[in-house]
Amino acid sequence: MSCEKMEGRILGYLNGRLNESERLEVEKHLASCAPCSVRVHEFRAVSGLLDELPVIEPSPEFDLRARARVAAEPVKESWWAWLRVSPRVAFAASMLLLAAVWMGYYQRPQQVQLPWNNPVEADAQMMQDLPVLEDHDVLSNFEPLKDLPGKADDDSDNVQQQQQQQQQQQM
Amino acid sequence: MVRTDVQLMLDVKAGDEASFELLLQRYRTPLVNFLFRMVRNREQAEDLAQEVFLRVYRAREDYVPSAKFTTWLFRIATNLALNSMRDTRYQKLEVSIDAPVTVDAEDGDERPLDVAEKHPNIEQHLVEDVRVKMIRHAINKLPEKQRAAVLLHKYQELDYTEIAKILSCSESALKSLLFRAYEALRVELAPLVAHR
Ligand SMILES: [Zn+2]
Repeated sequence: MSCEKMEGRILGYLNGRLNESERLEVEKHLASCAPCSVRVHEFRAVSGLLDELPVIEPSPEFDLRARARVAAEPVKESWWAWLRVSPRVAFAASMLLLAAVWMGYYQRPQQVQLPWNNPVEADAQMMQDLPVLEDHDVLSNFEPLKDLPGKADDDSDNVQQQQQQQQQQQM
Repeated sequence: MVRTDVQLMLDVKAGDEASFELLLQRYRTPLVNFLFRMVRNREQAEDLAQEVFLRVYRAREDYVPSAKFTTWLFRIATNLALNSMRDTRYQKLEVSIDAPVTVDAEDGDERPLDVAEKHPNIEQHLVEDVRVKMIRHAINKLPEKQRAAVLLHKYQELDYTEIAKILSCSESALKSLLFRAYEALRVELAPLVAHR
């Protein structure tokens, strides 16, 4: 091994960071090269001198100031961060969402599912649903409702009406 | 069980302020010492160390444990130190670097005596001899990047891969930096080296 290649290995050798084959190569070179041997000895001495530097202790104000500077940081007002740091807000929001979904799901069958084939029966059902429906403008202009004689809450009336209509069509 | 740096940082990210305090306690002394040896001014070193912690705290939301925590921490510290040393505000402190070393002429790396008197280790400060001042002076004379390499390698016991990442250089460039630094140190400290 060359002296040049030793440059990248001396510190690793001193710190025991070389693998077995690298270490043996270095030792073989040192056995036959006086300048490198001197260098290794002196680098070891330098390393020892660096160990003599005392460690200083941070001042008592250090922690106080570090904490104060961190505490002075503005809180990030991101929506997700807000939910994350406030479990109660997150809980309230999820309950609100759950309630909205539940109400929407519960109301939908009454408004949408009208599997009536008989128009009269469908209209009667529509009248019963009036308190649930909210869009009064639409309902007041709803043509089929105007033709109804009154609130049809008796199925026998409907049957009689149907029979009358059928008789009129036959005549 | 002791939590790792990465675990503590992830806890800070999740909003746990107490974990940040633990990181502060774990790294305050290594950081202040590293920065003190870099910038040679104690007050400035403490100010920079606080800045390092502040930046770690600010980055908590985006923290991803891709590199070792110490690599990240000392990369921030090294960059802050190098920047501040180029800052004109502190230029005056570096004027005396090449002045001969004497016991009472220091490079501005000691606090005024009235502050030192309050320090519990006052005796240690007073008996700090020419020897230690010579070692400090030799480190101070190293070019910035060599100095950072020596300090990270010698005192933080980081491996070559980590130090290379901190200094943004290749591992072979780092080995070259360290070699040249030790060459300079053995010349500068020749009188002390000869007696070891
Ligand atoms: Zn050689």
